[in-house]
Amino acid sequence: MTAGRALPHDAAALHVTGAARYVDDQPLPAGTLHLAFGLSQEAHADLTALDLDAVRAAPGVVAVMTADDLPHASDVSPGSGDEPLLATGSVHYVGQPVFLVVATSHLAARAAARLGQVGYATKPALLTVEDALAADSRFEEGPRIYARGDADAALASAPHTITGEIEIGGQEHFYLEGQAAAALPQEAGDMHILSSTQHPTEIQHKVADAIGRPMHAVRVETRRMGGGFGGKESQGNALAVACAVAAHLTGRPCKMRYDRDDDMVITGKRHDLKIRYAAGFDGEGRITGITFEHLFRCGWAQDLSLPVADRAMLHADNAYFLPNVRITSHRLRTNTQSATAFRGFGGPQGMMGIERVMDEVAHTLGLDPTEVRARNFYASAPSGPGTAKRFGGKHSPKGPETARDTTPYGQQVEDFLLHDMMPDLARRAGLPARRAAVARWNADNDILKRGIALTPVKFGISFTLTHLNQAGALVHVYADGSVHLNHGGTEMGQGLFQKVAQVAARELGVPLDAVRITATDTGKVPNTSATAASSGSDLNGMAVRDACITLRSRIADVVSENRCRAEDVRFEDGHVHVGQDTLTFAEAAQAAYQARVSLSATGFYKTPKLAWDRIAGQGRPFFYFAYGAAVTEVVIDTLTGENRILRTDILHDCGTSLNPALDIGQIEGGYVQGAGWLTMEELVWDDTGRLRTHAPSTYKIPAMSDRPSVFNVELWDAPNREETIYRSKAVGEPPFMLGMSAFFALSDACAACGPNYPALDAPATPERVLAAVERARG
Amino acid sequence: MPNVSMTVNGKAASGEVEGRTLLVGFLRDQLGLTGTHVGCDTSQCGACVVHVDGKAVKACTMLAAEADGADVKTIEGMAAPDGTLSTIQQAFQDHHGLQCGFCTPGMVMSAAALLAENASPSEQEIREYLEGNICRCTGYHNIVKAIMAAAGHDVSAIAAE
Repeated sequence: MTAGRALPHDAAALHVTGAARYVDDQPLPAGTLHLAFGLSQEAHADLTALDLDAVRAAPGVVAVMTADDLPHASDVSPGSGDEPLLATGSVHYVGQPVFLVVATSHLAARAAARLGQVGYATKPALLTVEDALAADSRFEEGPRIYARGDADAALASAPHTITGEIEIGGQEHFYLEGQAAAALPQEAGDMHILSSTQHPTEIQHKVADAIGRPMHAVRVETRRMGGGFGGKESQGNALAVACAVAAHLTGRPCKMRYDRDDDMVITGKRHDLKIRYAAGFDGEGRITGITFEHLFRCGWAQDLSLPVADRAMLHADNAYFLPNVRITSHRLRTNTQSATAFRGFGGPQGMMGIERVMDEVAHTLGLDPTEVRARNFYASAPSGPGTAKRFGGKHSPKGPETARDTTPYGQQVEDFLLHDMMPDLARRAGLPARRAAVARWNADNDILKRGIALTPVKFGISFTLTHLNQAGALVHVYADGSVHLNHGGTEMGQGLFQKVAQVAARELGVPLDAVRITATDTGKVPNTSATAASSGSDLNGMAVRDACITLRSRIADVVSENRCRAEDVRFEDGHVHVGQDTLTFAEAAQAAYQARVSLSATGFYKTPKLAWDRIAGQGRPFFYFAYGAAVTEVVIDTLTGENRILRTDILHDCGTSLNPALDIGQIEGGYVQGAGWLTMEELVWDDTGRLRTHAPSTYKIPAMSDRPSVFNVELWDAPNREETIYRSKAVGEPPFMLGMSAFFALSDACAACGPNYPALDAPATPERVLAAVERARG
Repeated sequence: MPNVSMTVNGKAASGEVEGRTLLVGFLRDQLGLTGTHVGCDTSQCGACVVHVDGKAVKACTMLAAEADGADVKTIEGMAAPDGTLSTIQQAFQDHHGLQCGFCTPGMVMSAAALLAENASPSEQEIREYLEGNICRCTGYHNIVKAIMAAAGHDVSAIAAE
């Protein structure tokens, strides 16, 4: 059977030979022009003068545009309408595009862009969350608050309480392929766009608006991205719109690729934030009441900050039952890059708050943190079909009497796997013995201290904007039996195309090489959602299955005539079995063609069971949860703060895996990326709002030598209780948060240095580790 | 503009370049060999690694003029003329040593240079040699495994298969 097999990435052979084409590799017509933006050098200012004569006079420059030259309002935001392609009268962060250079080469455009003379009347800039909070500079009218029970009363009556704050840094996506787009003008003013984007439909919409045409005049094609991680959900809009406008005005093909420094300076990153917390708990470490205050630094424009911050609130519980809880979320507007989607989409930030609390509660009581975590877990999955559906908005139970299986937002946790997964992982990782060994090591060594931690993940799967949970597919069967596959999902390396092709091959009973995977194309499948929220295979796999079922049924009707019932026709091993007869799939396709039956079908899917009120913070935002847990052991040097990961053990839930090789790849990569976020990846802005870490020379992502020496990954093999595609589970984002175990292992190592709680901040760079060691020593 | 001539993947190649033209620009823009990627523009990510006279070189670091007369090999020259993948290429495919694939050409070229110097590197030697090749997707585990397999090590015991 094709689905479920550990097959390589669909384009592996192209990648290892250099034949896989990204946007910048596409052969474009002679005369293609190249674009670059001139960028704001101020964090907040009115534009007083714009002298672009030197830019126009520079070698190779064909045109220079400012906001006044754009033919239509060119907003490049994902919906809020607050991101003009080029600055209109004022600038709001260092790096904001002010003018656009169109030139004969990439280098000519970039060199000329440096020659613009921009006059600024500088205004006060809000750079930190404290600045923004003091100025009440925010998105939405006030903080969003989700609550259950009476957190304040529970805190007041709790036997033990802690209060604190944790700083959590942002993260640059560092997709290896930078942002890129190309626009090819067509007859009658139509536009064909090639874009490295997770969201072709949004690019289509934005380009259509920018050139003043309906969406039908714009076709967006995305074969692959060289990594996305959320950074190409909305951040590619500016390049595609710039190319389209320039192509529209010059009549020539236009291409834009951000230089890496420009990419890091212009585009949004993972939201950094501060979390303030107060937790009340009993003598066994069970939380009785808790409050969180999230201070999200959203940057200058709204972008996706509202759903990101919502998702952080929805993951403030992670895997733990919080009987009395209040989560207050401030979405603060600052004069920095507009923070955007990044793998986990706020979930990791929300989880870091509660994991910090678990760590500190355990330290306060002198308990094993793993035990404290387990005591706070949601109740085991309720048994049997008789279990009542108990989410239900305003009518859901409130307060401490609620069964310990309901989230703060009223969704019942129906399949809580961690009671089984955590002991299994602890056993595989040899956790008790290793914890004792770490303690012995720390007793014997003064300079190098070790730490070990197990952290769980429970991640909600579905877009929280419910209408996005839909997908379409288009499948053709040609008369020779070959299959053309298309759907709305995009390939960014995660292996979506291969997984979905495996679904098509299984449904049609043909070998995988009979199925041709084709580039995502708004002309084939319209009105798609971004490939995001880990939803790619869930949504598109089901949509493709739907199309294949239609095709199978049509073919079965033809070949079964006078032989057997259509429902008894079987499609297997490249053949169609009709009663006692067997046709090749190609013969069956030919028969359908000759019978004048359509061999092209669309498919559609929408996720069931969702009902979510984001203002009330009540309902069922998620179809299901994906689970995982990781154990990480680290060592720190208490003289320098340097640290490294010694060993990692992971157990992760992918339901019934569609492709174990691809899923394990997502888990390994997600863990390393998550650990990178919390340990070494540090973004630094100076006090004028300039990002000082805008290249890999100063922004350190994990390298090959940073990978754990021992790295064990196992899949938890159990079918999804919900009817997803072959009972699989989404895997893109959840493993990212396994990286938290590295952070809390570092906290454990710091705690070995003295009696006090080290209150480690993220990222745990050597400087922060040293500071935490000092705090532990007191 | 100066004229440069070199052998690229066994074939003579020449062209006029600006003095500042980088080798990567000559390969990609003039020869159409787009398998050599530009990832960071500043010779740090390693997506641009090629071989110049048998040595691994970041093609974003070298001027095209500096490669005048040299024997250059790119990712497009790694498979046999009939398309048969090299051992390293096959290992990256078989051991899932890639996801988005953007870093893969540079990884393969660096790995080939390593194995030419040291036919049986240890895991530690692989990790140190390829420190200048960044991957954002895989977490490196399967890349190391692929290189070890290509070097003839038994990787069946390496976890996370």
